[in-house]
Amino acid sequence: MATVTAPAPRLALPGVLRHRAAHKLLLLALAAAILVPLADAHWSSGSWPHALTVDLSGPLGRANDWIIDNRDSSPLFLYFFGYISNAVVLSVRAVYLVLLAAGWAGVTAFGALVAWRVAGVRLAIGTGVAFLACGLLGMWVPTMQTLALMVVAVLTSVVVGALLGLAGGLSARADRALRPVLDTMQVLPAFAYLLPVVLVFGIGVPAAVLATVVYAAPPMARLTALGLRDADPEVLEAVESLGATGRQRLLTARIPLARKQLLLGLNQTIMMALSMAVIASVIGAGGLGDRVYQALASVDVGAALAAGIPIVLLAVVLDRVTAAAGEQAEEPSGEQGTGLRPWLYALGATVAVAVAVRLAGALDWPSGWTLDIAEPVNRVVDWMTAHLYSGVPYLGGTADWAGHFTTWVLDPVRDGLQWLPWWSVLLIVAALAWVIGTWRTALTAVLAMAAIGVLGVWEPSLDTLSQVLAAVAVTLVLGFATGIAAARSDRFERALRPVLDVCQTMPQFVYLIPVVALFGVGRAPAVAAAVVYALPAVVRITTQGLRQVDPAALESARSLGATSTQQLRQIQLPLARPALLLAVNQGVVLVLAVVIIGGLVGGGALGYDAVFGLAQGDLATGLVAGAAIVCLGLMLDRVTQPTERRTKKGA
Amino acid sequence: MRVRTTAAMASLVLLTGCGAADMTKQASPFANAQGAKAVTLSVQSWVGAQANVAVAQYLLEHKLGYRVDTVQVDEVPAWDALSQGRVDAILEDWGHPDQEKRYVDDKKTITRAGGLGVTGHIGWYVPTYLVKQHPDITDWKNLDKYSSLFRTAESGNKGQLMDGSPSYVTNDKALVTNLKLDYQVVFAGSEAAQITQMKQFAKEKKPFLTYWYAPQWLFKKVPMTEVKLPAYKEGCDADAAKVACAYPHTPLQKYLNTDFAKKGGKAAAFLKKFRWTTEDQNEVSLMIADQKLSPADAAKKWVDNHPSTWKAWLS
Repeated sequence: MATVTAPAPRLALPGVLRHRAAHKLLLLALAAAILVPLADAHWSSGSWPHALTVDLSGPLGRANDWIIDNRDSSPLFLYFFGYISNAVVLSVRAVYLVLLAAGWAGVTAFGALVAWRVAGVRLAIGTGVAFLACGLLGMWVPTMQTLALMVVAVLTSVVVGALLGLAGGLSARADRALRPVLDTMQVLPAFAYLLPVVLVFGIGVPAAVLATVVYAAPPMARLTALGLRDADPEVLEAVESLGATGRQRLLTARIPLARKQLLLGLNQTIMMALSMAVIASVIGAGGLGDRVYQALASVDVGAALAAGIPIVLLAVVLDRVTAAAGEQAEEPSGEQGTGLRPWLYALGATVAVAVAVRLAGALDWPSGWTLDIAEPVNRVVDWMTAHLYSGVPYLGGTADWAGHFTTWVLDPVRDGLQWLPWWSVLLIVAALAWVIGTWRTALTAVLAMAAIGVLGVWEPSLDTLSQVLAAVAVTLVLGFATGIAAARSDRFERALRPVLDVCQTMPQFVYLIPVVALFGVGRAPAVAAAVVYALPAVVRITTQGLRQVDPAALESARSLGATSTQQLRQIQLPLARPALLLAVNQGVVLVLAVVIIGGLVGGGALGYDAVFGLAQGDLATGLVAGAAIVCLGLMLDRVTQPTERRTKKGA
Repeated sequence: MRVRTTAAMASLVLLTGCGAADMTKQASPFANAQGAKAVTLSVQSWVGAQANVAVAQYLLEHKLGYRVDTVQVDEVPAWDALSQGRVDAILEDWGHPDQEKRYVDDKKTITRAGGLGVTGHIGWYVPTYLVKQHPDITDWKNLDKYSSLFRTAESGNKGQLMDGSPSYVTNDKALVTNLKLDYQVVFAGSEAAQITQMKQFAKEKKPFLTYWYAPQWLFKKVPMTEVKLPAYKEGCDADAAKVACAYPHTPLQKYLNTDFAKKGGKAAAFLKKFRWTTEDQNEVSLMIADQKLSPADAAKKWVDNHPSTWKAWLS
């Protein structure tokens, strides 16, 4: 998630297409003219007709009971899930014991040496400092627990993802079959499948690891497939002419050629897995996430931040190191020792450090060496909320803004959507999706929207949709403005980068309390949390898109004497259109990912239902809300996704 | 495909020594890392539950030589975890009749471990500064008269009744409907959000009406008065849709995993005897939540000051 780098191809909008759009709309209007009166006469308009809903609470409740009653006796659990569960527990434990045995010095040395081999001296120092900071914050043991969990989860995700990607890369049919599965895995809010996973595996590490794998495997699968398919045909032909068998071709040519994509996949998988670390703590995964979550219970932002910072540090270090590895794969200069020997030296040095520290009797992080940041942070938060919440001269306080935003933006949008007759919502969705994509995307979008109605959660879904739309609008306004500024100033972009990193990797639970303290309980803080989370991706994609605009076009405009605003409006923005559309799409998807957090701060609707399902062990409410979020995600994705991009969609 | 799955399963079974994997016997991979006797306690998200666990953990670690792991889980999933042996004890349960029937009476995987000594009560509360201005606000019959005071952007033109975490027992939506009140239930979604909002209101002496529960440390920071609802009678809350009465007073209960209760030795015996008062619990809670002491430090302070109370639990 940290870097959405899938290059978007140029998209031109010639007059023909506009004609086609008009044709499509005309056709749609014709269909509507026939179908709407029929539907209206049959089920009446307004909210989704009751006759067209299916109540799933009965069957889902029975499934729930069956699992609980048979978990200790059914062979399915004894001989299948039980083994998976044991294997996860054993491997996490093995990694954790190794990390503990290496001690803080050993782990730090090992991390730094690996970073040095892969990415150079600067990142090695950064890695070392990051590990020491985790210890300094008093979070050494939880960091190691999270790390153990991550190692196992990432390895599993990579294996699963690579296997799926291999199938997708080698067979077009498998690829088509896999795509909706991968889409669903990514759009499905983690909370929705935490519940079934917990029912089967129980609270704790196995469930957490498996939930993480579901979430983190798709980018690996996608990028593996992409890498295999994009392999240079000339090279493949050359290999073939040498008489290589299919397997040899795969192992000696296609996989090595896809190395860059594979490493990017690894990078994305690590990022996704880390972002699950905190959510998984809700089902007892332990580690840093658990510390963040427990700090929340006593409304202690400082303590939550102390546990959140190591997560950010781990994420940034792992991101930079794997990204550096990917860049090196791109330019195989070969001169830096690829042999085993440097690695052996690194391993030797690690063991030496670990043994030395063990002999010195300082295996655990020394208890005196900690820095208490909780107290000062809490003072800052208190000050902020005391002075910004209300009564700021001229501007009004944040609470007033939140109130106005709710009354003037969220309420009208929600009421408007809920007032619209159900068939007209479907029509709007169809029109938008068809104009932007093909009849296929339009059909998917309409079916997804209809499924929401059938599940019986029409009204709350439209409530959620109104929040998503408002959040996306705010994100885009802020994101485009920041992105344009960053594209114009290198210095600003450099200064912005760490801020974006933090926004993207800081567990959302950490800013839950500040957001409520500033905006009060309700839908406004939910929107604020979503904006914080989705903004970095939008800024990044916008900046990248603007910077990639053909310099020749800009140069010629400049020579014609265009002012910088003119350049921006008439050259850069139109040419960066595909990137901007991608930014819209990513903004929508990311905002939707925070719906759950919205549920935790008073956003209500689907987010609340999903959280409720997990908290009350209520499979029906939780799963239905989760399914509705998936459908909303599919619909929004299709509506914002031009067809041309689909073929190239990376992660 | 079927053949292949069976074959794969068979080889898996062979590899792992033919035994059935016992889903009820799976401890955390982080437990016992240094080879000590270990107990796993479940913590719920409210501070009272943290206080119980902090003191139990401190005594188990420092007086009985156990290593204690804690897992934060919501109430209903905690019951499930307890029955599976993922956690050994729940120290504060607010009454879950369905779960009790399933796990304690039918499956017998969970054992009752007596009362905590604290009585819990849920209700509707308004801040005491508001009662001073409008003394009759504490009767539900007068709530409609004041509904405009409680309006927020979220509740529109109705009054706002703030509810908290989705894991809590609540009849508030039914209550508002059945008592025909001009109020809108707004779910804060988590206790953290609810407390933060209450503190903000209190700082500005704004009126608010909220679902809340005692014992709770926040009363010391934001004094609140309960609003009188129609009196609770046994069984008046049996039908969730028709509830029109107040919440009961619940003596909070402890539960242990059955295996742990039998074989848990000194730790199990100690947890069964653990029983303190509302004042004790609040003392520890306030240290954790307001003075921002770590739960371990707060527990140590309490233990140092109340030796007579806990010595009885260890005997």
